[in-house]
Amino acid sequence: MKDAFGTPQSLLVLGGTSEIALATARRLIARRTRTVWLAGRPSPALETAASGLRDLGADVRTVAFDALDSDAHEAALGKVFAEGDIDMVLLAFGVLGDQARDENEPGAAVRVAQTNYTGAVSAGLICAKSLQTQGHGSLVVLSSVAGERARRANFIYGSSKAGLDAFAQGLGDALYGTGVHVMVVRPGFVHSKMTAGLPAAPLATTPEIVATAIETGLRRRSETVWVPGTLRVVMSALRHVPRAVFRRLPV
Amino acid sequence: MPVDSPYTAVSGTGPVPVTGWGRTAPTAARLVRPRTYEEAVAAVRSCGARGGIARGLGRAYGDAAQNAGGAVLDMTGLDRVHTIDAGGGTVLCDAGVSLHRLMEVLLPLGWFVPVTPGTRYVTVGGAIGADIHGKNHHVSGSFTRHVLSLDLLTADGEILTVSRGTPLFDATAGGMGLTGVILTATVRLQPVETSLMSVDTERATDLDDLMARLTATDHRYRYSVAWIDLLARGRSMGRSVLTRGDHAPLDALPDRTRARRDPLAFRPGRLPAAPAFVPEGLLGRTTVGLFNELWYRKAPRARTGELQRISAFFHPLDGVPHWNRVYGRGGFVQYQFVVGYGQEDALRRIVHRISRRRCPSFLAVLKRFGDGDPGWLSFPMPGWTLALDIPANLPELGGFLDELDEEVAAADGRVYLAKDARLRPGLLASMYPRLDEFRALRGELDPAGVFTSDLARRLGL
Repeated sequence: MKDAFGTPQSLLVLGGTSEIALATARRLIARRTRTVWLAGRPSPALETAASGLRDLGADVRTVAFDALDSDAHEAALGKVFAEGDIDMVLLAFGVLGDQARDENEPGAAVRVAQTNYTGAVSAGLICAKSLQTQGHGSLVVLSSVAGERARRANFIYGSSKAGLDAFAQGLGDALYGTGVHVMVVRPGFVHSKMTAGLPAAPLATTPEIVATAIETGLRRRSETVWVPGTLRVVMSALRHVPRAVFRRLPV
Repeated sequence: MPVDSPYTAVSGTGPVPVTGWGRTAPTAARLVRPRTYEEAVAAVRSCGARGGIARGLGRAYGDAAQNAGGAVLDMTGLDRVHTIDAGGGTVLCDAGVSLHRLMEVLLPLGWFVPVTPGTRYVTVGGAIGADIHGKNHHVSGSFTRHVLSLDLLTADGEILTVSRGTPLFDATAGGMGLTGVILTATVRLQPVETSLMSVDTERATDLDDLMARLTATDHRYRYSVAWIDLLARGRSMGRSVLTRGDHAPLDALPDRTRARRDPLAFRPGRLPAAPAFVPEGLLGRTTVGLFNELWYRKAPRARTGELQRISAFFHPLDGVPHWNRVYGRGGFVQYQFVVGYGQEDALRRIVHRISRRRCPSFLAVLKRFGDGDPGWLSFPMPGWTLALDIPANLPELGGFLDELDEEVAAADGRVYLAKDARLRPGLLASMYPRLDEFRALRGELDPAGVFTSDLARRLGL
């Protein structure tokens, strides 16, 4: 069960090698979290992540999960929920893709969309149903400011996150009053292995800062969290910039 | 079943969000409101996989009367007072009867409830389940010390009559509703001549002064409590207002007054309810600091024999319905702990930490407990108890309270489960040494775990 400050005792991470997810797990383990499930494609990286969290004192288990294989989601996630209540699900998987290549290889672009959007729709609905049955829990969805307005430089990734963001908002409204809390997290540019080699955007942040914002959002039962918070104002302004101007902006 | 009831009696509504009085951590449950014992039996039998828990008037601050995904039995539909023995001073009533109702019924007959907490709006069942205490604990002990027997609906749908002195009684007293659903109870009452209180008020300039005054003269009073200003710092850290008293005897009432003509009238006042929406952060350090300053200054340095209504002396907050809304949508947490006599240094350290942290708390009270109570999970033990409430959205509050828990546990103290919404489960066994017996009895009585709550899940009770 979550305590009065929204801190979970059990956590399921979808996308178990995500740096933001692991930073969040570390923070939560320092508070109340005792049970952590890391769902992801079986890999040495997943096992390393698990043993890293184990060293902090948590009971960590891994479960095979592939965002692209949505037929297998029900079985994989059902196994986790059958073992006991999950207080928080962190939907953290996603790929950035390579915009220049993906524009020329529609197949690769579709994989980005399937991972970030359809995979998340499938996993999100399955988790939401289980959370609703147990009558409590938070579903934290890692969206992105890239989904707020599509940019020339990464609109394939951005459009998939836009879909995910809209899905998560609607899901949150659908689950309002069921005891399940859905929180959409919109980080800006995060320094991580996913963005390694890319030029940092203004207001860039780190996985640790995103993790802190998630913890605060859980305490406040927020529905939307911007990281950093100033991005809310910035994006609100950018949303209203005319297309002709927006496409010329160096962002 | 009345048509105006928002619930169906047995199957219940679709899940609705439920919280405790602190309005933190909402979870959804099916609300069922039995109106008869048969409906209560049927409700327990049809709880389903996620079990059920009884709920009274929802005054437990934390998650004790919540059950995510399962059933919550709203017991306020079972609200009959069956028998009053006006000569011997006992009452037999349903568990859903509130202490407010008992006062309305009993005061005109010259009887008062044996123990009342800071609110009249708790049910008899809740009073037993949380084994509540009041300002008279140093004299009279907790509520269940005055319960002669109770009827308990157990997990298999049977109704057992449980007498005091049996293991099941001691597990149920303070057992947070986890042994079953209390249906009725027989409670021993306190005789009174009037419905007024004779109250002595004095100020203490700091914590040491307060503890000295309480230690020296508490035994002279049936009721004793101290309001403490936890925002005061430096030399005035722990400055307090002591209010202590007893039921006023008839000859203390002035002649030819309304009170004298009708000495047993029960007239609680009532103010408008707190609004449904209150902005967050209304109760910050500035406002609470100002309130505390005024509250301390307005109290007389020393006054004796003041006549006060029962509601003013025991239940000042009941005058404002929904007062818990003043903390805004983020809610608040209550923190109440007890440390034994001889652990005064731990108490001083904790008060010092709270004062240094500048927790905006305006409802902080300090009291001395008397002998411990027989309930296995009963909270009171001989020692000092401090209760305070804090807005839940205060940054880093969780970690701070964890540190206080460590201090309390190191001093062999404990925190109060009826108020808890955030204790670290690992500390529970050291705070409640009879926890294993409780778990064993529950395992035997309720092997399928029909009775469970968010509190039970969170702490592994």
